[in-house]
Amino acid sequence: MTHHVRVELPQHLRTLAGVKYEVSLDVNGDVTPRNILDTLEASYPVLAGTMRDHVTGKRRPFVRFFACGSDWSLEPTDTRLPDDIASGREPFLIVGAIAGG
Amino acid sequence: MSHVRVLAGTRKGAFILSSDGKRQKWDVAGPFFGGWEIYHLKGSPADPNRLYASQTSGWFGQQLQRSDDGGKTWTPVGNKFVYDGTPGTHMWYDGTPHPWEFKRVWHLEPSVHDPDTAYAGAEDAALFKTTDGGATWQELPGLRNHGTGAKWQPGAGGLCLHTIILDPNNSKRMVIAISAAGAFRSDDAGASWKPINRGLVSKYIPDPHAEVGHCVHHIAMHPSRPDTLFMQKHWDVMRSDNAGDEWTRVSGNLPTDFGFVIDVHAHEPETIYVVPIKSDSEHYPMDGQLRVFRSRSGGHDWEPLTKGLPQTNCYVNVLRDAMAVDTLDQCGVYFGTTGGQVYASSDAGDTWHSIVHDLPPVLSVEVQTLS
Repeated sequence: MTHHVRVELPQHLRTLAGVKYEVSLDVNGDVTPRNILDTLEASYPVLAGTMRDHVTGKRRPFVRFFACGSDWSLEPTDTRLPDDIASGREPFLIVGAIAGG
Repeated sequence: MSHVRVLAGTRKGAFILSSDGKRQKWDVAGPFFGGWEIYHLKGSPADPNRLYASQTSGWFGQQLQRSDDGGKTWTPVGNKFVYDGTPGTHMWYDGTPHPWEFKRVWHLEPSVHDPDTAYAGAEDAALFKTTDGGATWQELPGLRNHGTGAKWQPGAGGLCLHTIILDPNNSKRMVIAISAAGAFRSDDAGASWKPINRGLVSKYIPDPHAEVGHCVHHIAMHPSRPDTLFMQKHWDVMRSDNAGDEWTRVSGNLPTDFGFVIDVHAHEPETIYVVPIKSDSEHYPMDGQLRVFRSRSGGHDWEPLTKGLPQTNCYVNVLRDAMAVDTLDQCGVYFGTTGGQVYASSDAGDTWHSIVHDLPPVLSVEVQTLS
């Protein structure tokens, strides 16, 4: 089954990908953080390596994921996201963590 | 008529500064990649319109950018830097083994002959090569694996491979430097490597004469004399006349021989430049005076160059990759500071003026001489 998922990117990744505030993705199968990122990177190859390590696949420390008001950054990446994400009612948020002085 | 293009990498983007051969009036373009750290950008000697830039971020990792029109437009190319095989470990600050982890590219060195070939010096220290214009990068693993890699320990700035020198007359010879491992040379195009640190003395390490472990800050070479190398070590200015097999100290009358940059005049292979920094604890010029020191004798005897540089209340630093020379008849010398100034001299250092003075901290300066 294909889900139309909305993803919000932080400014620097929007610039890299050459997109505006939000992108729409057709995600096949379960809507999980991993599946969204796989689809996002397939659609915008320049984003590969920016959100998770090329080799280990681990999330970069200062990149966070939010869905429906909750922080999903530490959840297993194959966990199904809420229906509101899968249906496109709510965007999946990829956020550059507030860090620094 | 010749003109020059200065490529400045800063903490918050890249800037391209252009001037005619007089080098008095400058156009400033940028920031490119605003908000990202641009550790280094450099043009291909074989095609001056081909530029490579290392774009990094603590949030989003490494990007490599390429321009084919002299920096007007840029395209992201490959950013996958993967260590060859099982990377193993180097030594951590506390002496324990620590896995090799790619962090960023510090230095890019395009091939002398082929615009699609370039080398990238990485943190954690490794050398990568592209032969397809940056689309893909492969490690030259003979460097990390030649035998001393497990003993390499990061300096305060990280375990960075920051200097890559290609011998213009011998495509098989390369010299690189790593903080804080030292200098290394390959005579077979990067397949195998050996440390070239004999003569370096570093009082701050357990064995001051160790084969590796020296905090080399930068090395420079004049293309007409590839066997002569000049080094700014953590402390000490050094030279070698046998491609690094032996080094001798040439600090001479410098007021302090701590520093980061070193470079060679474009037409006088024995004329070299450094910017002395007060100490390893106080990274700014002595007495608040920004002074370039020039030796016309390959070291030992140095003269301060101050005309046009701030001589009061100046407490900036000049980082290791932030000095360059052009090849116009009157050699131009350029350097950038952590205070955001880029200074230029169009008379080999006798007088200076600032091209720009309010950029983000400058990480690197390169210059292209264009006809």
